[in-house]
Amino acid sequence: MHSRYEVVIGLEVHVQLTTKTKIFCGCSTAFGQQPNSQTCPVCLGLPGALPVFNRQVAEYAIRAGLATNCRIAPRSIFARKNYFYPDLPKGYQISQFELPICEHGWLDIDQEEGERKRIGITRIHMEEDAGKLLHDGNRGSRVDLNRACTPLLEVVSEPDMSSADEAIEYLKQLHQIVVYLGICDGNLEEGSFRCDANVSLRPFGQAELGTRAELKNINSFRFVKQAIEYEVERQADLLDEGGKVVQETRLFDADSGLTRSMRGKEEAHDYRYFPDPDLVPLVVDESWIEQVRDALPELPEVKRQRYIEQFELPEYDAGVLAAERTLAEYFEALVALHDQPKVCSNWVMGEVLRALKENEVAIADCPLPPALLAGLLKRIDDNTISNKIAKKVFEAMWQSGDEADTIIEKQGLKQVTDTGAIEALIDEVLKANPQQVADYRGGKEKLIGFFVGQVMQKSRGKANPGVVNQLLKQKLAG
Amino acid sequence: MKITREEVEHVARLSRLALDETEIDALTGQMDTLLGYVEKLDQLDTAGIVPTAHAVPLENAFRADDVKPSIGLERALQNAPQSEDGCFVVPKVIE
Repeated sequence: MHSRYEVVIGLEVHVQLTTKTKIFCGCSTAFGQQPNSQTCPVCLGLPGALPVFNRQVAEYAIRAGLATNCRIAPRSIFARKNYFYPDLPKGYQISQFELPICEHGWLDIDQEEGERKRIGITRIHMEEDAGKLLHDGNRGSRVDLNRACTPLLEVVSEPDMSSADEAIEYLKQLHQIVVYLGICDGNLEEGSFRCDANVSLRPFGQAELGTRAELKNINSFRFVKQAIEYEVERQADLLDEGGKVVQETRLFDADSGLTRSMRGKEEAHDYRYFPDPDLVPLVVDESWIEQVRDALPELPEVKRQRYIEQFELPEYDAGVLAAERTLAEYFEALVALHDQPKVCSNWVMGEVLRALKENEVAIADCPLPPALLAGLLKRIDDNTISNKIAKKVFEAMWQSGDEADTIIEKQGLKQVTDTGAIEALIDEVLKANPQQVADYRGGKEKLIGFFVGQVMQKSRGKANPGVVNQLLKQKLAG
Repeated sequence: MKITREEVEHVARLSRLALDETEIDALTGQMDTLLGYVEKLDQLDTAGIVPTAHAVPLENAFRADDVKPSIGLERALQNAPQSEDGCFVVPKVIE
């Protein structure tokens, strides 16, 4: 990063909504279907077809607005954004311009050393997506209009970020929120969450903003960082040489890690917005807003704070567990059954997440529901099995779906706490290792670990380590 | 003049209209007259009046989020001058 210039970043995020149907017609929004099979006169832009607004889109937009501290507009209107491109059959995109549904929001992002920074959200508006262009045909470009008219929210931030890392923090938080709200599937590869970044530089102390470049086509958090960092270097070099940054759209190329100018679109910036006469105003009253507010889930940030306070979890645990709604729900269901939050957290973040990752299973499809896992934790708690054996039982439960007790019974894993049985094992071990016993008694007390290991091995892990330790010390002393 | 020749050329380009020199001249004159006529509205004091987006006093025309059958691939492509593999074919778009 350059120290001569202040970096100024604003982000525009397109969030694809998970409604069943498109924003202005009843065609399905299912992904990956045969090209153009999910189209009708409205989304094909045939003359005379009239759009009718999907109420669910407004509902989702209000959710997003409330979750990002926006003011919900009592009245908002749709506008036509006019430009020609083959993926836009009507010759205009239905969007919102002067009166968007949400304005004046913010998100607080984490910075180094626990500092928080507030990033303003200028507006959130509703719009339709364009179709998809495929360039691999032999004769020309091919157009698939299945995606045309799919509902999007465009979330526009203030130019409040000053590094690629801040931009990533903001994006991650926004991503978490829209997935939590159940309004977006969050799939970056399928383009459900797309980001454009406006980047400009200015000498430190200068009040007015420098000329910005708009970076498009960035479909992963890693690429956002790469694209912004490359662009900052490019503009800094340009300014150092006395050159000027041109306001333009630049495409990020993931293969080379560079951004390159996207010529030929300059003219199209004259969009001639005007209210769409086919769509009447959207009026949202207080009772609708309150209804949506009441139904909002607890958001990740609030949940994280609650885990720290209510469950006394370390910040790290709270962050991991609250990041994903389904994971948080799993954890909370487990704590409800086994009231030891830290133990539950350790198992969820340890064994459960590891097993999910190894088996490539989503937490929602976890073969070990909280009730079963709680059954296992109870057996550690009441000393039936040790923590080590519990991991073995966990594996078996994951494979079979059986209860912990069934597996402990079947495999004879019950911990031996009977002092008589353990004493017998200890005697065997001491008899078999007279040299070590002499050394221990001669002062090499570190050997206790060796003896414990031997006894545990003989018991095949079933002896209670605490009891073993205690009895060994007594015997060796005597 | 309310409108310049350059503005007419610009608007024609945005609208993908190929105009020849005489047409540009004629349209510049006509559009100038039109704008001059509409300019009369500037005499009204509209301060404090909410801009009209729609002439009809209607709001909240909603559709429920229920899937309706699409028209099918064949009918979707019926009017396409060119198609291939179920897609519309357009002149190569250079990005």
